[in-house]
Amino acid sequence: MTRAVDPEGRAERFIALEEHESTHDRLVWGMRQNRDKAVAGVPEWEELREQASQIKEHTLTHLDQYLEQFEANATNLGAHVHWARDAEEHNAVVYEILQAHRVKSLIKSKSMLQEECGMTPYLQKRGIEVTESDLGERIQQLSDEPPSHIVVPAIHKLRSDVAALFAEKIGTDPKDSDPHSLTEAMRQNARPKFIAADAGMTGANFAVAETGGFVVCTNEGNADIGTSVPPLHVASIGIEKLIPRARDLGVFIRMLSRSALGSPITQYTSHFHGPRRGGELHVVLVDNTRSDRLGSPDFWHALKCIRCGACMNTCPVYRRGGGLSYGATYSGPIGVILDPGFDLSKYRELPFHSSLCGSCTEVCPVKIDISDQIYKWRPIVAAKGMLKLSKKVGMSALGMTLAHPAVFHAAESAAESALEHLPRFLPYNPLNPWGRHRDLPTVPKQTFRQWYLENRRKS
Amino acid sequence: MNARDAILAAVRNNMPQPAVPLPEIPGSEWKGVKHGLGYKEHFTRLPEVPGAPGVNEPLLAYFRLQLEAMGGRSFEAADATAARAKVAELFPDANVVCSAVSEVPGTRRVEDVRDPHELNDVDLGVVRSPLGVAEAGAVWLTQAELVVNALEVLSQHLVVLLDPAAVVETMHDAYGQIDLAASPYGVFLAGPSATGDIEGVIIHGAQGARSLTVLLLAPQATAGGSG
Amino acid sequence: MKVGLFIPCYIDAFFPEVGVATLELLERLGCSVEYPLDQTCCGQPMANSGCQDDAAATEDLFVHCFQDFDTVVGPSGSCVHHVRFHLDAIEQTPQARKVRAGTRELVEFLHDDLRVAAFPWAAFPHKVGLHDSCTAVRGLGHVRPSERVNEPYFSKTRELLAKVPGLELVELDRPDECCGFGGSFCVTDEAVSAKMGYDRVYDFHRHGVEYIVSADMSCLLHMKGVIDRLKLPIKVIHIAQILNGGPP
Repeated sequence: MTRAVDPEGRAERFIALEEHESTHDRLVWGMRQNRDKAVAGVPEWEELREQASQIKEHTLTHLDQYLEQFEANATNLGAHVHWARDAEEHNAVVYEILQAHRVKSLIKSKSMLQEECGMTPYLQKRGIEVTESDLGERIQQLSDEPPSHIVVPAIHKLRSDVAALFAEKIGTDPKDSDPHSLTEAMRQNARPKFIAADAGMTGANFAVAETGGFVVCTNEGNADIGTSVPPLHVASIGIEKLIPRARDLGVFIRMLSRSALGSPITQYTSHFHGPRRGGELHVVLVDNTRSDRLGSPDFWHALKCIRCGACMNTCPVYRRGGGLSYGATYSGPIGVILDPGFDLSKYRELPFHSSLCGSCTEVCPVKIDISDQIYKWRPIVAAKGMLKLSKKVGMSALGMTLAHPAVFHAAESAAESALEHLPRFLPYNPLNPWGRHRDLPTVPKQTFRQWYLENRRKS
Repeated sequence: MNARDAILAAVRNNMPQPAVPLPEIPGSEWKGVKHGLGYKEHFTRLPEVPGAPGVNEPLLAYFRLQLEAMGGRSFEAADATAARAKVAELFPDANVVCSAVSEVPGTRRVEDVRDPHELNDVDLGVVRSPLGVAEAGAVWLTQAELVVNALEVLSQHLVVLLDPAAVVETMHDAYGQIDLAASPYGVFLAGPSATGDIEGVIIHGAQGARSLTVLLLAPQATAGGSG
Repeated sequence: MKVGLFIPCYIDAFFPEVGVATLELLERLGCSVEYPLDQTCCGQPMANSGCQDDAAATEDLFVHCFQDFDTVVGPSGSCVHHVRFHLDAIEQTPQARKVRAGTRELVEFLHDDLRVAAFPWAAFPHKVGLHDSCTAVRGLGHVRPSERVNEPYFSKTRELLAKVPGLELVELDRPDECCGFGGSFCVTDEAVSAKMGYDRVYDFHRHGVEYIVSADMSCLLHMKGVIDRLKLPIKVIHIAQILNGGPP
């Protein structure tokens, strides 16, 4: 078994950083509030959600047709379409394309798929310089950390953290933590890299079967620079990103940024159909467990995800513990239901890193039953024998106690005695997590059942 | 078996049953942003969107409002001369002005650009958009209007001419009017480049244009002037 | 109306007064209430941890205890939600199906089934904060969730509390954010759970409440633990106790 990621421990360490946690919770909750305001401006929002969900379900239940249609149309427009079964094959295919074009340095915009495949370290090991162009991703790249949020990758950092990081890595003034000067410094630092890059890489938010093109949504326009300047554009696209028609974009584009940040649209909604004048375009369609998940009745709906991040914004657990506590490419509620599908052993604790409040399900623009899926992963972890030993033993004991009335009643009496008579340090100790930040309940003189017998069942 | 066949086989094998039909998206019977889009009959009981135009009301004011919310700005221009004057007023220090439009000639014609790298020194780019979208405050630009796509993102500032009559209401309307496959590149541009990556503070001018200015002017007959 | 009374395990053990209030209230409203003596628990603690095998015998016992009742009423949203939506560690016999379909949570029983018009014996002249549990809001549909911005607001709990003279409800900064109890989550993810509890309690505290009322004692158990640790001047009370004319 792989060593498991410990989201609880990581979350605890983030919560201990009071300024980081309180800022993070406030900012990310603010994104949820902005989403609410934006939704108020779209009276037909619930109908749009239903449409978006059905369009995605239709596509996924006809995915083979749409993949073939996309490939044919993209090829007709002059794009080169490649296929990759898994992460390793994706990286190899990308490397081959870059090698054929003698690429020494490339600049990329955000792609969760490329992150998932570990593409950047793979290419760097083979001597290709890879620069993230999105500000948040670049901050994370310079910190040697993965992104903590799908849309705002460095939202867990304070401006002082970024100031210190930039001072060390790009030579800015460590005392200047004004986001304006930091952003300007990154603009000046990144521009020459765009100009010098041999290739630009992107992901894709949507791939349109009817037209053979794909759409990339950014606020910085970094995907647009990266694809309009270097002569080579390579796009990595997960097979679940397909949608049938151009007109379907109307539904998704209206929902994406409203769900993510609360603005009606991202600053740049960029559509690519074949290579630009003077350029070459390669598209890599990637499976990497998606076809497996398609075959799972309980979990295939997760493939509808449009990567908006609304679920993490609303998640009370995500906002307190931070995105790095998930230890995976995908964090937040969507991460909880995707990551165990990539590596159940490594991510066996994630399904329990949730209070099952259900808010994620309510904000998801494509109506993924996220909270239900989180619940469904739990018996799978248990059935594989991957529960923490203490939980396994505890639940077994609890199950036996509650199955037998007499045992249950005896346990209640024992607890009453224990809590009444034991010195405080015994229940309040490191082995009893309840007592770290909360007082224990007092035990009443009678249980309800005892009261009932005394007061209602005279016979 | 190659990757393509393996993936398609795996997908065919695993596609969930029953298949879900493709829903129809409402077409021409738009009721407008203010009242919802007529998805279901009960839309008339939904709350109205303050500030949004009603059925048959002009869209331009709403477009300008949304553009401003996205960080852009707009001005009316009576004719090409007024447009040129406005540009000179707003960007007095612009040295390299690369223009794709005849109404506002610059110091460099985009048609003369051989390679996108040449545009790295452009202070101001001037282009025309064929279409604006009111609900998003966005303008549509393609390779046809930009000539060199990089003009849109390498220019420090961007001015976009837009016919005030060429504004549609929603993204549904916009996608209904454009032919995506006709251009290798097409972008809905709503305001300047922006980011909120550092503590959520919104900054304009992250990587692309620092500012976006829309000049509301219908296409003029060739205004003459070089550049 | 004859009802079977379902008293969750932790209410039996720690908050018998909530069970008493529920029983008395139902009797006052004309129900003939019977409490099956052998009941223990609905099985949620084990099922919530993924331990279906460990939950089975308890779920079986639950069905066995209540199979002769057409209607079962329990003062706990999370437990009733489990019975109706997740009681599936056991074979779905006709008895199981009957019990699952007939199990009602107290608020929905009072509001939807009995349609209670008034609680003439009740008065509660206090400043109160209402905490609807996540299962009540998004699981059982007792309140419009805050995420559904464009749908008209409704709240079954508010409507019931509006019939209690003197009761003043306050508005919160975050109307329906989770308190952090979450079942075994409260001990396995202790730091996050406690932080969520602190934030929720402070939201109530900032708005000057004397009492936090809920239809879910599990949330109140968790928040009370926080309140007592912080030594805040807030009391917790179950909605059954208020509607029954309490406390206690």
